[in-house]
Amino acid sequence: MRQQIIRLLIVFTILVAALIAARVFLIPDTFGEFGHYRGAAIDDVTAQPIKYAGRASCETCHPDVVEKHAGGRHHGVSCEVCHGPAAAHVEDPMAVVPDKPRGRDLCVLCHAYDPGRPTGFPQIDPAVHNPLRACMACHEGHAPKPPVTPEGCSGCHGQIARAKAVSHHALLPCTTCHEVSEQHKLAPASSRPTKPTAREFCGKCHAPDATPPAFIIQEVPRKDLSTHGDHYVCWQCHYPHFPELK
Amino acid sequence: MTDPKPNSETSAPRDEASCGAVDRRGFLSKSLPGTLVALGALRTAQGLAGQAAEEGEQATSAVGGGNGEPAAAADTASGAATSGYDPSGHNYAMAITPDKCIGCGRCVEACKTENNVPREPFYFRTWIERYVIRSDRKAVVTSPNGGIAGFPPVKESEIMRTFFVPKLCNQCENPPCVQVCPVGATYQTEDGVVLVDDDYCIGCRYCIQACPYGARFLHPVKHTAEKCTFCYHRLVKGLVPACVEICPTEARIFGDLDSRSSPLARFQRMNMIATLKPHLNTEPKVFYADLDGEVR
Repeated sequence: MRQQIIRLLIVFTILVAALIAARVFLIPDTFGEFGHYRGAAIDDVTAQPIKYAGRASCETCHPDVVEKHAGGRHHGVSCEVCHGPAAAHVEDPMAVVPDKPRGRDLCVLCHAYDPGRPTGFPQIDPAVHNPLRACMACHEGHAPKPPVTPEGCSGCHGQIARAKAVSHHALLPCTTCHEVSEQHKLAPASSRPTKPTAREFCGKCHAPDATPPAFIIQEVPRKDLSTHGDHYVCWQCHYPHFPELK
Repeated sequence: MTDPKPNSETSAPRDEASCGAVDRRGFLSKSLPGTLVALGALRTAQGLAGQAAEEGEQATSAVGGGNGEPAAAADTASGAATSGYDPSGHNYAMAITPDKCIGCGRCVEACKTENNVPREPFYFRTWIERYVIRSDRKAVVTSPNGGIAGFPPVKESEIMRTFFVPKLCNQCENPPCVQVCPVGATYQTEDGVVLVDDDYCIGCRYCIQACPYGARFLHPVKHTAEKCTFCYHRLVKGLVPACVEICPTEARIFGDLDSRSSPLARFQRMNMIATLKPHLNTEPKVFYADLDGEVR
């Protein structure tokens, strides 16, 4: 055989041998086991430790909370949403204790008002909703109740209610003087409560010959409507909600 | 025409004589065994390193053995559960109901905690976008720090409608990121999850460019591509991904497309389902219920 062919063959053989050697030595064992990738890479991914233990792990040890939680509006909220990742706690319950959020910071993440939140989702404005008070002071975190509308007029007209509570008219319900439709409770601006429009309305108690309700035990101030106050309606001078009313 | 043989024979001695260098044959005969030896040494070193790592693991488990129970738990957590897991017969998918999302950012927080995602506001495996469609019909999409700490107030008089959309890797059936990887470092598992091989990734960023959903990023420390794994390390232990576990309104649900008892079956029956960018034929496996037309 010609010498140059032999040389060429030697070079070629060496190159092929180098390629085979490179493949044998450089390609990982598990490459191509499942596809065009290193099969052992899956084990690398699955070896990652978990941080969130999952709801089921919590429920095995805390049945009392489970019972309370199941009946409340937070029944769909997993334990670790508020208490933080708890896999370490599951492994060693004594050494690692999960968070117990007590302030306002966590609750407002979900319950602060945002127009993007679904209609009907309970939302408050943290700036005006009992500022400085911890949410837990009024709301049970494991089983919060639906918001209760404050009863009667004081829910919205608290300032008047608080003034009236210490006034001479404290014992009279608001509806003695104001007629309020059901519509006003649903859409306040669409139906306004009435105010007394005639002097005779106050005269029902304050006229010289009037008989106040039986539960009024104090002396009721009396005026002769025909001589007192000209044509004005009484509340234009005497604001009936105020304690200093004369 | 001249014969090359006499030429080479005449030139070789001249070279040797002139500069005292080894000839081609001599060089090859010396260097090739050297290369092979170097490769072999590399291989041995790799083997030794692997052995050392294994020994280290054994040592840690022996340390844990003193406590009894935790050691067993650690064993199941690392190896045993994984080896007992059978990926065939699973086809994982996630379903999201944007109408239920309150934008609280707990999923983003849980994902970062569970997967040690860097805390800087550029690295997210999942994130929440707030869409504000203004009265002039312009859609404004924001995601301040992925929504991890909520969203700033918007001027309500300008809003026509607004809602939140959680986003993550779509775990495509036809993943463009896997196609472009030059080294086979990103791949699709048998159960349909797209993963990244940290050790193999060369950080070339092709996959980051290829992803039409912006779901990948380059890890600032490891300099390898990172993405949502559907919390694959949790799936093999029978748990759901951390974001699904943590979502307080059940806006995210997780399941197996091959299972009729999966929550996904009901989701698919009860909702109008959309995927993101369906025209790209990536066939995403993250489904959205009643998705607004503005969502991209």
